[in-house]
Amino acid sequence: MNAREKILGRIRTQKGRGPLGAEKADQLKAKIEGHARNLIPKRAQIPLSDQVDLFQEKMETLLATVERVDKTSDIPARIQEYLSRHNLPSRVKISPSPQLMDLGWDTIPTLEVVTGAGAEEDEVGISPAFAGIAETGTLMMASGPETPSTVNFLPENHIAILDVAQMKGSYEEAWDSLRAETVDTGMPRTVNLISGPSRTADIEQRLIMGAHGPKTLHVILVGDGT
Amino acid sequence: MQVTSRNFKEKASGALKDDDLRVALNRVKTGFTTARATAASNLPEFEDLRNKSRDIKDDVLENLDYYLEYFEEKVIAQGGHVHWCSNATEAKAAILKICREVDAKTVTKGKSMITEEIALNKFLAAEGIEPIETDLGEYIIQLADEPPSHIIGPAVHKTKEQVTELFYEHHQKYGYTEREEDAEKLVGEARAVLRHKYVTADVGITGANFLVAETGSTVIVTNEGNGDLTQSLPKTHIVVASLEKVIPTLEDVSTVMRVLARSATGQEMSVYTTFSTGPKRKSDIDGPENFHVVLLDGGRSEMLGTELEELLRCIRCGACMNHCPVYHAVGGHSYGWVYPGPIGAALNPQMVGLEEARHLPNASTFCGRCEEVCPVHIPIPKILRHWREKSFEQQIGPKPERWGIELWGFFAKRPTLYRLVTNIAAQALTKLAGRRGRLKSFPMLGGWTSVRDLPAPQGATFMEQWKKSKRGSRK
Repeated sequence: MNAREKILGRIRTQKGRGPLGAEKADQLKAKIEGHARNLIPKRAQIPLSDQVDLFQEKMETLLATVERVDKTSDIPARIQEYLSRHNLPSRVKISPSPQLMDLGWDTIPTLEVVTGAGAEEDEVGISPAFAGIAETGTLMMASGPETPSTVNFLPENHIAILDVAQMKGSYEEAWDSLRAETVDTGMPRTVNLISGPSRTADIEQRLIMGAHGPKTLHVILVGDGT
Repeated sequence: MQVTSRNFKEKASGALKDDDLRVALNRVKTGFTTARATAASNLPEFEDLRNKSRDIKDDVLENLDYYLEYFEEKVIAQGGHVHWCSNATEAKAAILKICREVDAKTVTKGKSMITEEIALNKFLAAEGIEPIETDLGEYIIQLADEPPSHIIGPAVHKTKEQVTELFYEHHQKYGYTEREEDAEKLVGEARAVLRHKYVTADVGITGANFLVAETGSTVIVTNEGNGDLTQSLPKTHIVVASLEKVIPTLEDVSTVMRVLARSATGQEMSVYTTFSTGPKRKSDIDGPENFHVVLLDGGRSEMLGTELEELLRCIRCGACMNHCPVYHAVGGHSYGWVYPGPIGAALNPQMVGLEEARHLPNASTFCGRCEEVCPVHIPIPKILRHWREKSFEQQIGPKPERWGIELWGFFAKRPTLYRLVTNIAAQALTKLAGRRGRLKSFPMLGGWTSVRDLPAPQGATFMEQWKKSKRGSRK
């Protein structure tokens, strides 16, 4: 008997039963596939405009910065301003996603825009967020050929682009949205829930930013959700 | 990890005299507890979410075999592998085999208590594979060659000065030849040293806070982002997790997530919660090519259906130790094994044997704070009492201790005699103490009187006062 059989056998013996009967197994299967929501805090159940405000408030508490733009074509100029305001080099790594590649970067000729996965030498990484979660000021990033997850982690500075139409109140709403997008493929390889920039308190419990992930996180909220 | 729980008393005495440790533990006592209280009060649904989280974990434990098989099926469907291991030896062998398949020289590691449990680092090093801890706290104690002293803050016992010395000693080979005393710069130094290790490591090993049956995902929760770099840059990602981490759905994870960070550090959410599902997909341009889950039983299945089952609800938040007056006094190393504090006192006797860990269930004042703050309502005091009874039944304690309990038991079962004897004893003590009302020394109570006087009983016994007040209230 291999370890798998032994472990499953021990679980069943301790529980005083054999494998679950068909009825019970079907019931559990239906429960998983139905993935019913449990309790969702009231603070997450609010209209979209309040969600955007709550998201921003929470993100700023987490020491991230947030700015809002009306349309996607405003993004390159805003990023250029952000970089010079923070004395960052004018070279950015962007996810190979049309959503980012087609923003009209050629309007900022001084900016070097490199497409691909995150690399050791990147100082600024820009990637699109799959969803925002207002409840705790959290970004949901879903990996894929156009959205490599290393862009979210390797560069010292991370800029995330979030379409306000993708703002959700709770994690549960974001999961449903992700399920709808990935019916054929199942969960992406990596889903990151990101709430603020990297930090540690491992030296004398003092909060220090930028432990291994990005030292700064900047979120650009696009549009008004319509 | 080397078990030293047997030496609890000696280690605790040493800890009480360690001034650096006193300062560090005071930070735990005030920092974590205040932060948790604030986070809990800012979420009106917090108590309901705790109850729901307990119910989710209870359902998991009731149907553990089903959820594990479901999880396994999903991992395989996404191109991953699941390795079932009954014990530490099997788990280490499985991990080594995977490392050998890719001819691994270095392994980066995210924070994992299970790999502490199976003493993976020592094992890998002996096999010629260099393990590199990447969580800053774990990295610090790896350099110091010490075990963790707290489950979420492994280096919570270290001072900044000690970190300065450790980095000075170990980072010279990377060109850091000055003693760095600024905490922020120390973090920057570790960041720079480890950055290159992530990129060049052959295998990344992480633990898991959850294993999601619905999707076959493994979940890690960190603040640093080290786990993410560990699991996305090397060619092979190995997840080491114990059986009870499985949870049915993403909705269930979301519920437990809402109590996890709040209970641990008082954050509403940790910075990074990452779901990994299988290896990288065909057209992905980053991510590991191989994805393995090493599932460890390690004595857990035997706890099901027993008085210890509720311990398997534990989500490893550390709230119990953050709120424990005994942990605040003696620190994590005194407990002598991976899990310190109340959860360790309740769990370790099962994991390393009651004889080895017999002091741990006694190192409690039964104040009950651990149970009060546990996000999944584990009745830790009840389980400690269970171990005390077992220890007496199995005659594990020293004879004088057992005789004392037996003697007390004899009187406790005979109330009239008990009252008579305590009455006489109380009067004798009062007399002996004289006008000072305190005793400087007393036979067999040296442990107490060596550092403070023993106050003698004052006035009437509890029963006398009780009777008197009952008579009074009847009037």
